[in-house]
Amino acid sequence: MVDQIRRMGGGVSQILEQIHGFARRCLFRVISMGPLPTHLAFIMDGNRRYAKKRGLKDGSGHKAGFSALMSMLQYCYELGIKYVTIYAFSIDNFRRKPEEVQSLMDLLLEKIKSLLDKESIVHEYGIRVYFIGNLALLSDQVRAAAEEVMEATAKNSRVVLLVCVAYNSTDEIVQAVKRSCMNKLVKHSEGGDRDIERIQLVDVEENMQMSVAPEPDILIRSSGETRLSNFLLWQTGNSQLFSPDALWPEIGLRHLVWAILNFQRSHSYLEKMKKQL
Amino acid sequence: MDSNEPMLLLSSRIGQIGDLGLDLLWRFIHIVVSLCHIVSGITEAIQSYAISLGLIQKYTSIDIEKLRCLAVVVDIEVARDVSKVVELLQWLTTIGVKQVGLFDSQGLLKKSKDMILEMVPGSMLLQETGEKDISPDRKGVAIEFISSSDNKEAVVKAANILLQRHLKSSHPENDDEGENVFTETHLNEALRVVGENVHVPDLMLVYGPVRSHLGFPAWRLRYTEIVHMGSLKYMRYGSLLKAIHKFTGVRQNYGV
Repeated sequence: MVDQIRRMGGGVSQILEQIHGFARRCLFRVISMGPLPTHLAFIMDGNRRYAKKRGLKDGSGHKAGFSALMSMLQYCYELGIKYVTIYAFSIDNFRRKPEEVQSLMDLLLEKIKSLLDKESIVHEYGIRVYFIGNLALLSDQVRAAAEEVMEATAKNSRVVLLVCVAYNSTDEIVQAVKRSCMNKLVKHSEGGDRDIERIQLVDVEENMQMSVAPEPDILIRSSGETRLSNFLLWQTGNSQLFSPDALWPEIGLRHLVWAILNFQRSHSYLEKMKKQL
Repeated sequence: MDSNEPMLLLSSRIGQIGDLGLDLLWRFIHIVVSLCHIVSGITEAIQSYAISLGLIQKYTSIDIEKLRCLAVVVDIEVARDVSKVVELLQWLTTIGVKQVGLFDSQGLLKKSKDMILEMVPGSMLLQETGEKDISPDRKGVAIEFISSSDNKEAVVKAANILLQRHLKSSHPENDDEGENVFTETHLNEALRVVGENVHVPDLMLVYGPVRSHLGFPAWRLRYTEIVHMGSLKYMRYGSLLKAIHKFTGVRQNYGV
């Protein structure tokens, strides 16, 4: 009898899930009648506060945050948004307590490796994955796993996921400046007595790690904080910024839909701004 | 072949009706969104008037010392109307803000800087004051005029300074990776040499249709709280007080 009730319960929740999925796809079909963003960026803020609020042990907030991330990615790719960037770990986060940093690195390693599974979201949606940041700051294990995923997904072209890890914008700018300078020095040493070429804006732009994607259309930071915390500062001049109050593990479809509907309202203004620059 | 044509025509018509239906639904959703914005706008306006009249206790005193540097980003359409910018600066002076960075992407406010400085009592250009003069006792506001040329182009100029330094360094062959020349500290210093202010504003108020920093110098935006204030044409003193008061309550952990 108990088994029968359990099976019925499981069946009902499966049906509800299918109805929810159908309703979501209908909603997406309606929203797609307006302009859709090409590139969405997320600052996943609030995992620790979520764990504290729910009385969970340390680390559980980040796991809940990962589930929220998978849902968000699914919604974005169902909508046909080609580029999604996430701020997974900042260079500043290395200053947290060593146990917390280690636990985050362990979670990162576990989740990076899971991307290679045949059933993972990467294979379901044909995602090309980039890891953006100062990867030299990561442990050998995490860096090797990240490089393996980048190589394994290099041929995918439908949608792109950019994971910013050991990243911050000022470091990205410095590294781009450094690469531009080194390229000029190499050209100069190969060119004999010719004067060294000056660096142009196009040199710095093409050496930015984020140059593999267009500029974000929308940047969403959860937990209501209104700052960018050194994320994509160079690339967000024409981006619409949203700061929903929900903590990252609480973020859901309604926040994404609200952000996109407001993007559609402002689309013509943002296009005008891009043309003026 | 002929029997397929009516079917194709029918399915095309059904498709067109379907698309029309979807389009109507989409427009309906946007009407609902617009209504939500109208309602929140009215609530905001009522609250703002209550704050201006001093009816809400918590906004009657602000710890303005926490706001060392304020950035104001103005949409270029409105930047042409200097009188509203002057009025805003006068409000900021009344509140006690000491340093304001005024930004518009095309540099229209830079071109009007003399007029603005003349019309805002007690104001002065930031470069004239120097950092040591920004003390709590100094009256008036120090204004900095910023545009897009202070953003990416400035970084490129600074990059060229670093390139020359690396070339001239006594042992470039020992520093192939440029570790002693290409750091955040060095780029920061090179930006100062180029004439840029590198201080990070604590708070940025965006006056325009959209919450976006509109190309404000990226190097300076790291931890700036970015608040959307709506159109400059309909700006309200109460909303300004509320935004500054909310900022003074923010606690940042800087990633730690």
